Amino acid sequence: MLTKRIIACLDVTAGRVVKGVQFVDLVDAGDPAELAARHAAAGADEIVFLDITATHEARGTLLDTVRRAARQLFVPFTVGGGIRTADEAAAVFDAGADKVSINSAALARPQLIAEVASKFGAQAVIVAIDARRAHGNAAPENAEVFTAGGRTPSGSRAVEWAREAEDRGAGEILLTSMDADGTRAGFDCELTAAVSESVQIPVIASGGAGNSRHFAHVFKEGKADAALAASIFHFAIADVRALKEELRSEGIPVRLPC
Amino acid sequence: MIAAVDYKAGNLTSVMKALRAVGAEAELTDDPAVVRSADKIILPGVGHFAATGFLEERGLKTAIQERIGAGVPFLGICVGLQWLFAGSAEAPGCAGLAAFPETCDRFAPGRKIPHVGWNSLSIRPESRLFVGVPDGSFVYFTHSYRAPVTNATAAVTEYGEPFSAAVERDNVMGVQFHPEKSAETGLRVLRNFLEWRPC
Repeated sequence: MLTKRIIACLDVTAGRVVKGVQFVDLVDAGDPAELAARHAAAGADEIVFLDITATHEARGTLLDTVRRAARQLFVPFTVGGGIRTADEAAAVFDAGADKVSINSAALARPQLIAEVASKFGAQAVIVAIDARRAHGNAAPENAEVFTAGGRTPSGSRAVEWAREAEDRGAGEILLTSMDADGTRAGFDCELTAAVSESVQIPVIASGGAGNSRHFAHVFKEGKADAALAASIFHFAIADVRALKEELRSEGIPVRLPC
Repeated sequence: MIAAVDYKAGNLTSVMKALRAVGAEAELTDDPAVVRSADKIILPGVGHFAATGFLEERGLKTAIQERIGAGVPFLGICVGLQWLFAGSAEAPGCAGLAAFPETCDRFAPGRKIPHVGWNSLSIRPESRLFVGVPDGSFVYFTHSYRAPVTNATAAVTEYGEPFSAAVERDNVMGVQFHPEKSAETGLRVLRNFLEWRPC
């Protein structure tokens, strides 16, 4: 039976994993390669590196970090953050990533999706969508896409942009609810379900994970195919294996033993 | 030497890395002469079935056919497994190797396509690729087309319908999943292939 995936996401800058507390102070959370290996050993089904600096000067450091992490990773490995061209994607693949996640650049120039997909296959392209509902409770179908790390409203609706991304060759959608992100109060299941039901490709839910019940909800009510969590794993607040055991007891298919 | 055949479809970094991790001396090549001199041949692959047309154009298909005929162990991965069949609905004009006479089809509608993620294996006990791999082990898939279950099937996976997660006949083997991305289980399958000797 196809299992629901638990994806560990690491925010990476200047060769280190960092975690924001209340969105400001960045706390050093460790070495990316070491943490990636540790999460994989604990049962994470995939690893995502999100380059949160993504400045031109930092690209070299990122590629080194990706190369170092990839050496000991034998689960799918995604890298995102600041990828603007097919050549930049190629460099990340060459360093050992299996998939790239593209966000702002795909909205600015949607043909980028097809450019990367035609060369590396649709399975290698994740389109990341950061969405926010007006006042946090408006109809999920009307949730709007934001770019540039959530700063700039795009005018597009998340559901429609997800559909277009699929048509253009995306293999998966990584949907982050900006309303839920950082709250640890649960995923936005309504928004996730609205997007998941509007596309054929898998949807990865992100934003709001705080405990195992949140994951159970987003797999059941949110119809997510995978769920991503960053901070809850870093300081061993929850380990992936413990999370999976709880999910299994709730009847959700997960990869166990892993 | 192990030849990993490069037919310019997608990213082969992960496959090469996994082969190194299990101690294999593998060479990525699109040269038929290198394929002819290899002790084992691996055809990795992500992407479209039509990409296998490159194998024919470059004379790689003939080289592979000859070596399989001579008993050299062959492993196809993902599209590389599908290529062992007569063809695929993904590229009807493009002939496969036809080591197995059936053809590959798209998953029936009714669920998400592609089939992406970790799914379980129902392993045929006499399989050589899965020696030491417990029945029910999980491996990582990403594909929209699938090979049917036949008498060459070594492991079955269900996604709305049963399909061949692996095939084996004599020295010809294939896996639909990505052993290079399937954690310890995947590395074990690669090791089993590398250690297998024809009797």
